[in-house]
Amino acid sequence: MSRNLIIGSALSALFVALAVISFLWTPYDIETLDIPNKLQSPSALNLLGTDQFGRDILSMIMMGARTSIAVALLAVGIGMALGIPLGLLAAARHGSLLDELIMRGNDLVFAFPSLVIAILITAVFGASAVNAIIAIGIFNIPVFARLTRGAALPLWERDFILAARVCGKSATRISVEHILPNITNLMIVQGTIQFSLGILAEAALSYIGLGAQPPTASWGRMLADAQTLVSIAPHTALVPGFAILFMVLGLNLLGDGLRDWLDPRIRVART
Amino acid sequence: MIRYVLGRLTSLVISLFVASIVIFGVIEVIPGDPAAFMLGVNARPDTIAALRAEMGLDQPLITRYFDWVTGMLQGDFGQSWTYKTPVSELIADRIWVSLPLALYALILSTLIAFPAGIYAASRRGRAGDVTIMGATQLGVAIPNFWFAMILVLIFAINLRWFSAGGFPGWDDPAQALKSLTLPAIALALPQAAILARVMRSSLLDMLGEDFIRTARAKGLSRRKALWKHAVRNALIPVLTIIGLQFSFLLAGGIIIEQVFFLPGLGRLIFQSISARDLIVVESVVMLLVFTVIVVNFAVDMAYAAVDPRLRAKA
Amino acid sequence: MSLLAIENLSLQIGDTDILHDVGLSVTPGQIVAITGESGSGKSMTALSVMGLLPRGAKATGQIKLDGTDILQTAERDLCQMRGNAMGMVFQEPMTALNPVQTIGAQVAETILVHEKTTKADAYERAARMLERVGLKVAPTRYPHELSGGQRQRVVIAMAIALRPKLLIADEPTTALDVTTQARILDLLKDLVQDFDMGLLLITHDLAVVADIADKIVVMQKGRVVETGPTQDLLANMQHLYTKALFEASGHQVDLPDNTAVRTGSVQLLYAKHIVRDYALPRKSLLGSRPAFRALDDVSFHIDHGERVGLVGESGCGKSTLTRAILGLEDVQGGEIRLDGEPVFSAGSNLAVRRKMQVVFQDPYGSFNPRHRVDRLITEPFHLLENPPTGMARDTAISKALQDVGLSPDDAGKYIHEFSGGQRQRIAIARALIIAPELIIFDEAVSALDVSVRAQVLDLIADLCRKRPLAYLFISHDLSVVRTVTDRVMVMQAGQIVEQGATEEVFVNPQHPYTQTLIAAAPKLPELPYAVETI
Repeated sequence: MSRNLIIGSALSALFVALAVISFLWTPYDIETLDIPNKLQSPSALNLLGTDQFGRDILSMIMMGARTSIAVALLAVGIGMALGIPLGLLAAARHGSLLDELIMRGNDLVFAFPSLVIAILITAVFGASAVNAIIAIGIFNIPVFARLTRGAALPLWERDFILAARVCGKSATRISVEHILPNITNLMIVQGTIQFSLGILAEAALSYIGLGAQPPTASWGRMLADAQTLVSIAPHTALVPGFAILFMVLGLNLLGDGLRDWLDPRIRVART
Repeated sequence: MIRYVLGRLTSLVISLFVASIVIFGVIEVIPGDPAAFMLGVNARPDTIAALRAEMGLDQPLITRYFDWVTGMLQGDFGQSWTYKTPVSELIADRIWVSLPLALYALILSTLIAFPAGIYAASRRGRAGDVTIMGATQLGVAIPNFWFAMILVLIFAINLRWFSAGGFPGWDDPAQALKSLTLPAIALALPQAAILARVMRSSLLDMLGEDFIRTARAKGLSRRKALWKHAVRNALIPVLTIIGLQFSFLLAGGIIIEQVFFLPGLGRLIFQSISARDLIVVESVVMLLVFTVIVVNFAVDMAYAAVDPRLRAKA
Repeated sequence: MSLLAIENLSLQIGDTDILHDVGLSVTPGQIVAITGESGSGKSMTALSVMGLLPRGAKATGQIKLDGTDILQTAERDLCQMRGNAMGMVFQEPMTALNPVQTIGAQVAETILVHEKTTKADAYERAARMLERVGLKVAPTRYPHELSGGQRQRVVIAMAIALRPKLLIADEPTTALDVTTQARILDLLKDLVQDFDMGLLLITHDLAVVADIADKIVVMQKGRVVETGPTQDLLANMQHLYTKALFEASGHQVDLPDNTAVRTGSVQLLYAKHIVRDYALPRKSLLGSRPAFRALDDVSFHIDHGERVGLVGESGCGKSTLTRAILGLEDVQGGEIRLDGEPVFSAGSNLAVRRKMQVVFQDPYGSFNPRHRVDRLITEPFHLLENPPTGMARDTAISKALQDVGLSPDDAGKYIHEFSGGQRQRIAIARALIIAPELIIFDEAVSALDVSVRAQVLDLIADLCRKRPLAYLFISHDLSVVRTVTDRVMVMQAGQIVEQGATEEVFVNPQHPYTQTLIAAAPKLPELPYAVETI
């Protein structure tokens, strides 16, 4: 167990815990405004201070954690559910028209600036958490498809796959029985990375107002609200930013730690 | 070699074609009635009709598509509904902010990342490597718009070295660059972190290769082997990443432009989306995608120039 | 005066002892061969001499090159010596060269690193050195344009460009074909004589050692077990391990006579006029696509119960033929039938497939690392209409494991818990579990150490005794094929150039290629007395 793994797990677990606890309890209710109490610095009453509407920032961070995790997790889910089968299919039918199409499709999606498209989708179809999930999820698909295909192709050359073919197994069967179990480690590690990228993307979308809408809390929007207050009440800008930073950092360290623990030879995509 | 170039060129044309269809489809077809969408729920029927006529929405899809494409090829991007000016003018103004910003950020990013990545790889596992890896971990985790806010807080508001935003135009190049500096740093640092990691891992891959051992057996010192053999080879895959980075910087400037009130393409897109000015959105997105595809093509060409194996292969 | 004198060399990497009290010497013009199996420490000894040990390696003792102790020399001075006073050639020619530099530049680099001369001069000398090593291509070529043998010549040119006093060659010909190997070894012999160099040759191939070395050093588990002038050592081996090693190398398998061959109207494997073309990338946009003919009108048959060998060098079409026989790829012409039925079909043809199985070369790549042994060896059950389940399945697994000399308890383990030889046994178990009519051994023993190889060959002979096996034994190693087959076929450039009874072909080869092949293969000398097997 490397240091990366321990710190990463701890940080990630912390935020997941905050999110889970928020379903049961938060220090204060974030839907009630308390203007007289606005912009308080961190104190015994409000551990992380209050924002411009008097809302307790710690409570908002906890609720925001829910949003970030839900959006990023589901987006990764979409990416894996569609991307991995596509990649397996492309590798099994390597050299065929289908493979070519899947690869070109991937390249095409990569050519579109993801942020612009995410903004477009959320603007055209309405700003909401669900649309944010779809927008971010769409860009996860080619990442997993390309990675899966890249990992599967050299496996198809290995003798144990030949042995399975000699035993009459079909390409689909081989993809599921032999290829998939051998790329699981890579997928877990990449999934963690995409999860962390999803957190950043959700924050960016919320920042420009296109993510989850009020009263749902979101770290990105907390930052947008704090932008004008940065000089008078810096904690309103610093706390949500650090939340994002530590969550993403935790996930990245977790991903690196997992990679070293599961199989040090894995190469992940990180663009 | 010719085959390679021709192949990539065909790819380029097909990609542009498909991209244009997708963009056209999403923008003009999906919202139902683009004109109604643009004018909003409260618009009067005759206003909608007028806009429809102006946008040529009564014509069949194919004609509209071809008009749009041929128009773009001639430099005519249509007329903005909100600004009532040709979109090409809007783009021309804005691009002189976004493009220099992206280039500036790219240069900064490369200048930081390359030495950092090479140094980290050469000191693998030791203090220098661990420090740099720690720094890059932070770098990739920082949301760049938040980093921008912090930079503004420290350097503009507290230290007053830079202004907090705005762009004075290119009449005074020094001032113009100064106003782009904080935004470029905000954009560059997270990218530099990614690039440094890629550089390091590419170099480590190279250092494990047999031909490095051969070089050492010839009498090259560790350092000479690193520079003359490993770095040169490691740069090749890193080239692709730089190409991708440029595209990302160009488009990703959107949010940074918001923070620093820069009149760039990003701001244009964002305002147009808010104003539902589909004509502008359509053209700017197409332009961005075009840039990305062309930059990728250029990177592929550079790849072939540098790696003789690609020149020979089909 | 010794050129190279190693005394009491001990090496530790981390906590592991790699070398223990190793000693040997090389004089100018002498070829000293270090031999032994994997893990014996041969390569580490070579790397110690060059001072190219990995980080964390602690070496004690003395390595004196012309009086200078390598272990006491600073890195900077070692850089001066490498490429200049001593040169090294490594095993893998395919990856030894920088892919983006011309070969001329890479050879010239050796010169430029050590001498203050102009680029033009260095390039000129490099070109001449490339000629000297017998390379007939321009120095402006890139490595990917050259074959393995050609690349190895470039590596040799780089190592000897400055006429070093000592040349170290670590398994320089292991990755090369028999005929190419012969030529490279001749080149090395020639250079040693011409330059009056000392050559420290590391190889596991005892036949090569017997052929070319003046002195032999036998290593086992990091120690020198025996050493002496070649002829003396071969005539009078002292150490048990040396004897075992030589016996295993020249191991003759006791193959039971083949009484079970059934000739008849339906042959087991029937191949007629097979043609297999691979499409090549287009040279021009118009015109037809060029094709590479991997199999050119190949015809042969194998009768039920027959044991046939297939020899050939890389690129001759062996692997293509194997895939065609296994029905994994379609052929463009001719037909292949197993027991009367075509082997290739668009749909699933389990009925045909269940009559043949295969044992592959790579014991490490032949198994899914995520599955346990019981699942691995029952993969062929997929071919049966009613595969055994429950108790019957467990019994089948236990029996299969015991047949190959392993224990039924091994069924619950993962493949990485086994050694190379054991994995090949498991591979054989997998091949036999559904009792196919034909087994294809595709270079099945080529990746194994000599002693392990002998054991696996003995296992095959044993299995033949229990139940008549028919197989196609493919190998580039002539001596192995000779001992384990009744009939042999020789392939060259996609054609079968000769076939016949094994002994006949070996003793009296007809085709010029067969003759070249047999002549090029280094021979282990007949040992003058009977050696006990361990």
